[in-house]
Amino acid sequence: MSVIFSELRQKADAEWRSLTAGDKPWVRVGLGTSGEAAGAEEAYDALTELLGSDANVTLVGSMGLCYAEPLIDVQLPDGARVFYANLGADEVADVVGGHIKSGRANADRAFAWHGDERPEGLGAVTRLSELPTVRVQTRLATKLSGDIDPRDLSQYIANGGYSALEKALEDMDPASVLDEVKNSGLRGRGGAAFPTGVKWGFLAPNPAPVKYILCNCEEGDPGAFNDKGILESCPHTLLEGLILAGYATNSSNGFIFLRQGHSLPIENSRKAVQDAYDVGLLGKNILGSDFSYDVEVALTGDSYVAGEETALMEAIEGKRSMPRYRPPFPAAEGLWGKPSNINNVKTLAYAPTIIQNGADAFKSVGIESTPGTAILCITGAVNRPGMYEISMGSLTVREVVEDVAGGIKDGKKMKLFQAGGPLFGPIGEEGFDSPIDFDSIGKTTGSLGSGGIIIGDEDVCAVNLTRNLMAFNQFESCGKCFPCRLGMTHMVETLERISQNIGREDDLALMERMGASMRMGSLCGHGQLGYNPVASALKYFEADFRSHMDDKKCPTGACGEGHMVTPSRTRP
Amino acid sequence: MSDGITSASDESPSSDELRDRSRKALQSQQQPTVTVLSSLLAVQDDLHYIPDEAIEETATHVKSTINDVWSVASFYTNFRFTPPGDHTIDVCWGPSCHLNGAQDVMNRVHSELGITEEGETTDGKLTLRYSTCLGACALAPVIAVDHHMKGRISPDLAAAVVGKLKDAQ
Repeated sequence: MSVIFSELRQKADAEWRSLTAGDKPWVRVGLGTSGEAAGAEEAYDALTELLGSDANVTLVGSMGLCYAEPLIDVQLPDGARVFYANLGADEVADVVGGHIKSGRANADRAFAWHGDERPEGLGAVTRLSELPTVRVQTRLATKLSGDIDPRDLSQYIANGGYSALEKALEDMDPASVLDEVKNSGLRGRGGAAFPTGVKWGFLAPNPAPVKYILCNCEEGDPGAFNDKGILESCPHTLLEGLILAGYATNSSNGFIFLRQGHSLPIENSRKAVQDAYDVGLLGKNILGSDFSYDVEVALTGDSYVAGEETALMEAIEGKRSMPRYRPPFPAAEGLWGKPSNINNVKTLAYAPTIIQNGADAFKSVGIESTPGTAILCITGAVNRPGMYEISMGSLTVREVVEDVAGGIKDGKKMKLFQAGGPLFGPIGEEGFDSPIDFDSIGKTTGSLGSGGIIIGDEDVCAVNLTRNLMAFNQFESCGKCFPCRLGMTHMVETLERISQNIGREDDLALMERMGASMRMGSLCGHGQLGYNPVASALKYFEADFRSHMDDKKCPTGACGEGHMVTPSRTRP
Repeated sequence: MSDGITSASDESPSSDELRDRSRKALQSQQQPTVTVLSSLLAVQDDLHYIPDEAIEETATHVKSTINDVWSVASFYTNFRFTPPGDHTIDVCWGPSCHLNGAQDVMNRVHSELGITEEGETTDGKLTLRYSTCLGACALAPVIAVDHHMKGRISPDLAAAVVGKLKDAQ
């Protein structure tokens, strides 16, 4: 082990011990963007005021159990963690204060516990690992999310962080790291599912002195928050993966690319990069090796298309995020004309576990065509929305909804799911028993995409949902190609007419023709896939359209009167 | 967040003040890669909008042209060119929020603010913006008040939030 790393490790271990088995209790408050929306910050403020120096109170990341947030846990020295769910600022004095003062957990309010020994009085409380939302998970990329302070590099190191990088730099040459990733069968998790080792292999042999790995966290898909989730809850997992990617491809620079405004992932990424530089995990001669690598965080303005790989490069260059023609492909001519690879956050976040534990261990999870896990964001009409990392192909959509996400709210029936981003449409019952993996979901008209799955119940009208998705797509058209720019506008107007029961006889045929032009005449996937949501909705829910067009009424009443409120501005 | 310039500011800053403040924002950028886009983001982060003076100063700072700076500024929908109100409310209309009642929240916020689309209230004190995704989809429907997320919102809760902001004036 390198001397530098061994010193870092020792210091980190000591700090971790003082938190978990020191002289004070440790209270961890889960704060991701979801936690913030649930009121976790207010709860944290109340706790720090209440406890002062009687306990260590830390903002940790999100475990992904969003339905249970604010999620706060108390660990008495050397004891188990006792979790309290949905704990607001008004309850912390009673529950957490009471727990610490008395030295006993609040059995009525406890949600779960995690540790070696079940705390006294919690006989009726489930072990965290046995919760329905946790027991199905195989946490590879999100393993530490919710356990550690995302802004503390030491806590990451104490829990095994940067051991993979250390191993790579000490014991492996770049070609071996590349081979390991190739052998792991890792496929990109941004949606295209391209084999990552092959993609890195396009970049690696290029002798150019300046080469880029660009980490894509634009994550503009509504319903998807796993990329931001990793960066806000454990940014070093991504950073370690990004550095490994740089090493494997003999690259010189990395970028972490995010959309402005998402303060938690942005600030936590910036802190991670700064801290890594401070201890020699970035910059010249990393951990004393011959490998040098520079990383910076780059922000984009609001533009969904900035998540498209060539538009992303335009944005980092400071321009309008509009796609480029390919060829040339990024690996040949990318950012500022230099050889580049663009990888999704989740893809890179798997690199540490692949290098640490080997390709075979990675392949033991998931299925042959797609090893590893799927990091899903389940939202919509479910009782337990959240982010769940499950073995790829291990569960069907129905099983995730019923067994993991607690079924549909208010006892209603599931009508549809929508996955893969707004360029994919609603899918009906016929698709519910599809296993969750790229190829199986691909057999429906949907896509696993970046892992966001939105669930709709019986009150959803497919026309109404499609109208919402297309309004997003139209708003986000960059404008470069007129078939997309104009076609999307026509489709939204047409869907609006249909939803207001004044659809014209040839409206469905019109949209299909529009879709064909968009497919042929658009430079990027945005326009090419523009008709997809409508095609999908028509395939599974033609009845909803017919109700509007023939019976002049919405099948569920969801469409209501008046037009749907959406922004009226478009890109000039 | 920094002390931006809002439409309800006591004094409208002079052109020189705007220019000076823009320059400071541009020079405060810490990251190695400085571009037209990063510069515009830095300016809006500080001033909360992009005045004409900032367009000119950005062009100078990055050795670009006013035309090219406008090209970028007019493309990204987060940029605004007039000062916002003292407080900003973002309402998400993405599909997860939509399926959880976002339209009802949106309509209620409209009626509480007395406006029918994005923009400022007639007294200029509050700004409403629509968001395609605030990133807290599991807590749908979601709004943000001065960029602080609030999830599990109902029309009544949204009305209470607006009421509090109006009272705070």
